[in-house]
Amino acid sequence: MSEAILKVDNLKKYFPIKGGLLQKVVGHVKAVDGISFEVKPGSTFGLVGESGCGKTTVGRTLLRLHENNGGSVIFDNKDIFKLNSKELRNIRPEIQLIFQDPYSSLSPKMPVGEIIGEAVREHKLVPEAELRGYVMQVMRECGLQDHHIDRYPHEFSGGQRQRICIARAIALKPKVVVCDEPVSALDVSIQAQVINLLMDLQKDRNISYVFISHDLSVVEHISDEVGVMYLGNLVEKAPKTEIFKNPMHPYTKALFSAIPTPDPTVKMNRIVLQGDIPSPANPPSGCKFHTRCRECMEVCKTTAPQYKNHGNDHFVACHLYDKK
Amino acid sequence: MWQYIVRRICIGVVVLMGVSMIIYGLIRTAPGDYVSTLTSSNPEVTQEMVDRLNELYGLNDSIPEGYAKWAAGVFRGDLGDSFIEQKPVAEVLSSKMWISFWMAFPAYILQILIAIPLGILSATKQYSKIDYAVTTIALMGMSLPSFFFAAILQRIFAQGLGWFPLSGMKTARMDYEGFALMLDMAKHLVLPVMVLTVLGIGGLMRYCRTNMLEVLNEDYIRTARAKGLSESKVVYKHAFRNTLIPIVTILGGMIPGLFSGSMITEGIFGIDGIGNTALTALRGGDIPYIMGSTLFMAALTLVGTLVSDVLYGVVDPRVRLK
Repeated sequence: MSEAILKVDNLKKYFPIKGGLLQKVVGHVKAVDGISFEVKPGSTFGLVGESGCGKTTVGRTLLRLHENNGGSVIFDNKDIFKLNSKELRNIRPEIQLIFQDPYSSLSPKMPVGEIIGEAVREHKLVPEAELRGYVMQVMRECGLQDHHIDRYPHEFSGGQRQRICIARAIALKPKVVVCDEPVSALDVSIQAQVINLLMDLQKDRNISYVFISHDLSVVEHISDEVGVMYLGNLVEKAPKTEIFKNPMHPYTKALFSAIPTPDPTVKMNRIVLQGDIPSPANPPSGCKFHTRCRECMEVCKTTAPQYKNHGNDHFVACHLYDKK
Repeated sequence: MWQYIVRRICIGVVVLMGVSMIIYGLIRTAPGDYVSTLTSSNPEVTQEMVDRLNELYGLNDSIPEGYAKWAAGVFRGDLGDSFIEQKPVAEVLSSKMWISFWMAFPAYILQILIAIPLGILSATKQYSKIDYAVTTIALMGMSLPSFFFAAILQRIFAQGLGWFPLSGMKTARMDYEGFALMLDMAKHLVLPVMVLTVLGIGGLMRYCRTNMLEVLNEDYIRTARAKGLSESKVVYKHAFRNTLIPIVTILGGMIPGLFSGSMITEGIFGIDGIGNTALTALRGGDIPYIMGSTLFMAALTLVGTLVSDVLYGVVDPRVRLK
């Protein structure tokens, strides 16, 4: 096993809540509350969880689009949060981000070639004279055509726009790409194309992905390792085959039971979670999941469970497995 | 495009007709017409003479009749003669509008140069001390009554320090020529230009700030940062370029308005521009001039909105024709 390219250790991100006449900080939304994982070169780490659990915040904090409130992100042996702004800018091309919404994340008044090529020129990744050719080559690789280079984003469909976003990220020759729900705004048929494009690019260029999604089927398809998030914490993390075969945490079980099966004769045994996701500003005591857990015990209400390895690189934070 | 412009102009003509009807009706019903102000202080004027004068100035006509006569003149390209100036209205307007323009134009340029950088600054540093300071000062400038601010400036810089003349267009009894004349006029214009600038900055700066903030919160700005562009590239190339469209639009729309003069400021500083003349005309019941100048101002407003609507298409690169 090679050395991890991206190491996230106990990463925290709190957003202040301001209130009252003087806008004083009255509390914090603990969007990301101590998350650790590693991504190896050329592999994909899938991050799943329901809406509002902090997936997107993790993605953005990884790139230091938000400042952190603790923990570290080691990229290529450099702690991203210890870099000054110039050093940070220099490594930005190597760790790229693809956003969920391909409509709003492209500057509407810039032609596609400029969107893709701008940062390439800025970081002098290819000589100025070859820039246009390079942009076209990247576009072709992402399934776009040469004549698209002078068009504006509004002339493209959603799938094509997402291809532009991908081309934009790939053009910078990144080592890691954080994909923040890159396909959830697209049609199902287009989703498959975009996912396959991402996987082809990974094979050709040995890129690592942090793939954030709430679509478990997509995550199962693309990931090598999967982490499940609940209210700002990772509750379970394991290699893909392991976690899909043997989910351990009650939350993961409930989540996975909701994956639809294409065979109508199979009777689905869905675990339906009761209640809403609690507010991350005021999370429950003990295990954050205890308010909705079917197997809640007395200890869960008071003590937060340890996040431990239970063999086969399968990490779980749950009191159910403490006895072993 | 041409079809659109022609349609807008046609609508504009209808609007101008409506405007002129209302104005004419209002002036004619207002007390104190030209002839009575002219004659009331003179006891030797007989009723017969008053009647003759009324007949001469067309004040005996009923309102619809008078309006029809005036409108017929306009369609022939004749705005009538000003009662007070005793000259064709068109001639008076075309000479005075440049005086107003040379007062408004420097203020316009200064407003752009000051308001836009301030707007960008306060948007990029939203909710900081700088932002609060800039927006507060801008708000003060907007809410300051022009006569009050003008009086303060006159007190400090004209009477107190004596740096600039109190009022007027040029120094009386001095026959400057060429460059010296220009310098003299520039000196007279400093204070009025200051008033117009300070009054106008607030709105423009807030407009710039709001638009800039809107763009800065867009996803593609985050994309630009994530691409590893420098902050100045993010702000000026990505954000400001997109903000420029509404700003250029509004600035272009303001240009025709530069000729329309400003009644209060011109009045206080004794500048013989369109606004000041209109004020005198209003007091004296100079119907042709009031009609002419309101028609002119209404037309300028319409042209301004048309210019800004057309500019919107011109500035947006997505509709640029190759």
